[in-house]
Amino acid sequence: MTGRARTFGDDINTDYIITSRRKRESLDPAVLRKYLFEELDPRFAATVEAGDVIVAGKNFGCGSAMEVAVTAVLGAGIRAVVARSFSRTYYRNAVNNGLLPVECDTGGIREGDRLAMGDGEVRNLSTGVTLETAPLPEIMRQIVSAGGLAPYMKRHGDFSL
Amino acid sequence: MAGKTISEKILSAKSGVDARAGRVMVCAVDCAMGTDGSAPMAIDYFEAMGGQSVRDAARIVFALDHYAPAANRAIALLHQRLREFAGQFGIQLWDVGQGIGHQLMVESGRALPGRLVVGADSHAVTYGALNAFATGIGSSDLAAILICGRMWLRVPESIRVNLTGQLPRGVYAKDAALALTAVLGADGAAYQALEFGGPGVGALDMDDRLVLSNFAVEMGAKNGIFPADERTREYLAGRSCQDFEAVAADDDARYGREIALNLDALRPQVALPHQVDRVEPLVQAAGTPVQMVYLGTCTGGRAKGFHEARDVLKAGGGVARGVQLVVTPASRAVMETLARDGTLADFAAMGAVIVTPGCGSCCGTCGAIPGDGVNVISTANRNFKGRMGNSGASIYLASPASCAAAAVRGAITDPREIEA
Repeated sequence: MTGRARTFGDDINTDYIITSRRKRESLDPAVLRKYLFEELDPRFAATVEAGDVIVAGKNFGCGSAMEVAVTAVLGAGIRAVVARSFSRTYYRNAVNNGLLPVECDTGGIREGDRLAMGDGEVRNLSTGVTLETAPLPEIMRQIVSAGGLAPYMKRHGDFSL
Repeated sequence: MAGKTISEKILSAKSGVDARAGRVMVCAVDCAMGTDGSAPMAIDYFEAMGGQSVRDAARIVFALDHYAPAANRAIALLHQRLREFAGQFGIQLWDVGQGIGHQLMVESGRALPGRLVVGADSHAVTYGALNAFATGIGSSDLAAILICGRMWLRVPESIRVNLTGQLPRGVYAKDAALALTAVLGADGAAYQALEFGGPGVGALDMDDRLVLSNFAVEMGAKNGIFPADERTREYLAGRSCQDFEAVAADDDARYGREIALNLDALRPQVALPHQVDRVEPLVQAAGTPVQMVYLGTCTGGRAKGFHEARDVLKAGGGVARGVQLVVTPASRAVMETLARDGTLADFAAMGAVIVTPGCGSCCGTCGAIPGDGVNVISTANRNFKGRMGNSGASIYLASPASCAAAAVRGAITDPREIEA
């Protein structure tokens, strides 16, 4: 999986990803994608491309546990978020929807860099730097591989661990 | 082998295996709550998972609190859908006007010591005050719990918060929560548990503990858990007829970090816009003009907080000209208490806007929305830009007494200057 980096700072809360106000109007990711990050960067939604990778600092997705903050990102064709750290509810919701959460030192990644997601690493093709990433525990890996908790549960009907 | 923290003990019991920090396990859930903000999506996931039946409806509850009352047709339909789903599967539903789901979970005795109690809302951490392992989950998690009664959890490392002393006059649990957030930062407890302990616990009543547990998520914590004591038993008497056993940490439990919080030394605190951890002593922000004062939420919407606010407002001679005071009790029971003891009449006489029990203005989904350039001081837990429905407003967070003092003067004021 390779993609273009779209960079954000520290402590990006879920209301900045998609405001609660939009969630009240619709839960449809195809609608919500039009308002992604509107509080921080009103041009983001118009310039996002399928395959882009969100890159952030610490505590990405803090605040409300609302799951639309993940499904709206997926609705824009984004498959991975790379951050120095995540809030636990965002991490959880990402895993449960098949959005790959990757933890590593994102300090050297610039807007527009080409990133390649590998096994245990993120390669920055624009700078040649390879970043080591924390591995996903087994059950989370299974859920992400299944495409999220809905297909996982549909197949298994329960958790197998 | 080292001893266990409270969180490790509860998750061991709920998973049937030896739960140690860092392990990922599947746990049986004792009770799960969904709101009108999260349960509609959970029903979508339930259907996508091929859900046909609810495994144990007695362990599930829905609360219509985020959009209460319905302000448009879309929300009215969403509420109808939740009522129908709840009716079909025999799930208890707290309807519009009954209050905030988190408050109802504790009032109804659904959150008990030693239990794994979750909510599809980040402030489910509130129930940790009752010695439950309580944490926020997503809608998809709730859907899976509807189907199989279980969830995956990574066992958190714990941060021990040693409380000593007692809160001085004019200083409240909210000030302690803000002071702790200043120490830890908005992600200082990420993926970790906060475990409160020490001699200061006994000086905090249940309402105080609920405030501290509620705030755990603002430091990134998975849960914020208290030990159970006589006050826990007193609170639960008459609310629950179920047996429970208090869960205490082992003396040799292993903690990632220990923090000392001396309640005696605390002063009123305020969080400045637009981050919960931009906390400073309130005196440093004194004089900042305020146009809206919000009393309510799962942090500050209980009777004790309203009494503290009412006392300051009465001592100070009421609400300053140009200030809108908004009162939203956390539950109908809180509202009834305030009605019985005259507090509600006092607020009404001062010109307060009194709103249906529920989440109200806190997350901008219903209730009063502040205008552009308006400074709000609130008893809530979040002050992100746009949080109350308008990114043109600025939100300050403080105790009910400090919010009331700001209402009296029309500017941020140390409540100790006013309190009788």
